[in-house]
Amino acid sequence: MDLKLDNVSHSYGDLEVLQNVSLDIPEGKIVCIVGPSGCGKSTLLRMIGGLEQPQKGKILQVGDVPKGCLNALTYVFQDFALLPWRTVEGNIKLVLEDHRLTAGQVEEIISDVLSRTKLSDFRTALPKQLSGGMKQRVALARALAVNPAVMLMDEPLSALDSQTRELLMGDLVALWERAPFTSVYVTHNLNEAVRLGHSIVVLSRRPGRIREIVEIDIPLADRNSSSINLERKQSQLWQLMRDEAIAADQELLIV
Amino acid sequence: MSNTNNATTSNNKVFKTVIFRGGGYSPKPLAWVGLSVFISLILMLEVLTRAGIITSLTMPIPSDVFWTLIELWQSGLLFKHLAPSLSRLVVGSFIGCSFGICVGIIIGLFSLARAGLVPLVAAIFPIPKIALLPLFVIWFGIDETSKYALIALGTFTPTVVATYGAVDNVDRTLIRMGQSYSLSWMSIVRKIVLPGAMPGVLSGLRISLAIAIILLVAAEMLGAEYGIGAYILQAGSLYDLERLFAGVAILSVLGVLVSAMIGLLEKILLKWRV
Repeated sequence: MDLKLDNVSHSYGDLEVLQNVSLDIPEGKIVCIVGPSGCGKSTLLRMIGGLEQPQKGKILQVGDVPKGCLNALTYVFQDFALLPWRTVEGNIKLVLEDHRLTAGQVEEIISDVLSRTKLSDFRTALPKQLSGGMKQRVALARALAVNPAVMLMDEPLSALDSQTRELLMGDLVALWERAPFTSVYVTHNLNEAVRLGHSIVVLSRRPGRIREIVEIDIPLADRNSSSINLERKQSQLWQLMRDEAIAADQELLIV
Repeated sequence: MSNTNNATTSNNKVFKTVIFRGGGYSPKPLAWVGLSVFISLILMLEVLTRAGIITSLTMPIPSDVFWTLIELWQSGLLFKHLAPSLSRLVVGSFIGCSFGICVGIIIGLFSLARAGLVPLVAAIFPIPKIALLPLFVIWFGIDETSKYALIALGTFTPTVVATYGAVDNVDRTLIRMGQSYSLSWMSIVRKIVLPGAMPGVLSGLRISLAIAIILLVAAEMLGAEYGIGAYILQAGSLYDLERLFAGVAILSVLGVLVSAMIGLLEKILLKWRV
């Protein structure tokens, strides 16, 4: 299943946040969206997943939802959004309980996603016992449990320290290599974008328009933090964004 | 430079220990302090009343109150008074709190209910429920029902206010998460909103149940043969200070027990809290 954004515009009152955004999200690819703060990238992601309605334009699913998919558009949130009163296992069960699954099927899904995210030993832990990186792994396992058609990731690594971020990036690449998933990945971190994105959409400052789409054709597994080609891509992105970021930084907030 | 004790000098350079100025502002559990405050206060009263500095007209001797309690227990009258009081407390506050929690959740979830009921609750809250007791006697009769109704109404309003506040405070990102996984409305309410509101509801219950004890005594003072309130009223009209204070002590113990019970409930239900 592909996604297609057709001329999406949105404003909050008088404040225009998105302007004529048109974008194709092809199946099996990770599309990163980067932009200066306040450019409406998180708003755009909420619209793609149906948590917010665009005032103009349409967001379209192209093709059928694959079989066995319980929740086509699935989010991974920046602040994890785990229920603190449920264990790791319980948090994953939460999203399966509303579907008619047998206890055996549920068990099978849970042990599968826990082993894929290396969490099998932490099944009965409560979120308060886990580090930030672990919590995001649980959120990732929960997202994988519903077998999503598209993963919508809203700065999933921004709340983590840089070492944990590096580890989780590796995990994400490994997950994608094992079973390529479609994803829209919003971030303000250019390094994450060049490591994980097949294409990188650069938004301008508010109102967000697409400034450029940068394609990177190095396979995900071959990208690492010291690659010269990636460095070059990253500085190219930074050149694109620098002036926008300065201007965005100096804008007064409208409260 | 001023001379301080912890300053040392070597090679013409002054070395001074950095003064600690953090700490404090973090309550620690000190188990025995509460009890010893109780005990020393009572001991002080005991000494002062025995010495005659406080006359027996203004304050009974604490040990006499204690013996009155023992006597009350041995004669079996304690349970004759305590049993109806406890049943009134349990039934009345159960009705009030459960209705309160339901209405609070409804107010928390539906804008229409909020707009309609919040002003009504605000109007009922400050009414001294004791003032309505004669009315309740007319409506529900002189027997138990009017006492249940009084306690129920008294616990209802604070529970409603605490509950809808607690529902408002449930983390919205968790609710968005539930929606993003297409959980049903029922699932979101049952699995996200209710557990999320639980801490607020429990601390609301603490206040409601204390109010319930106050109202229990008020209700029993107006018309009851047995009950802690009736016992205190009898003692008061005979100016029997020992029995009066014995009754008050029972109420205090009841208050401490209720509070401890909620503490236990919090420990069990809110294990997940950081």
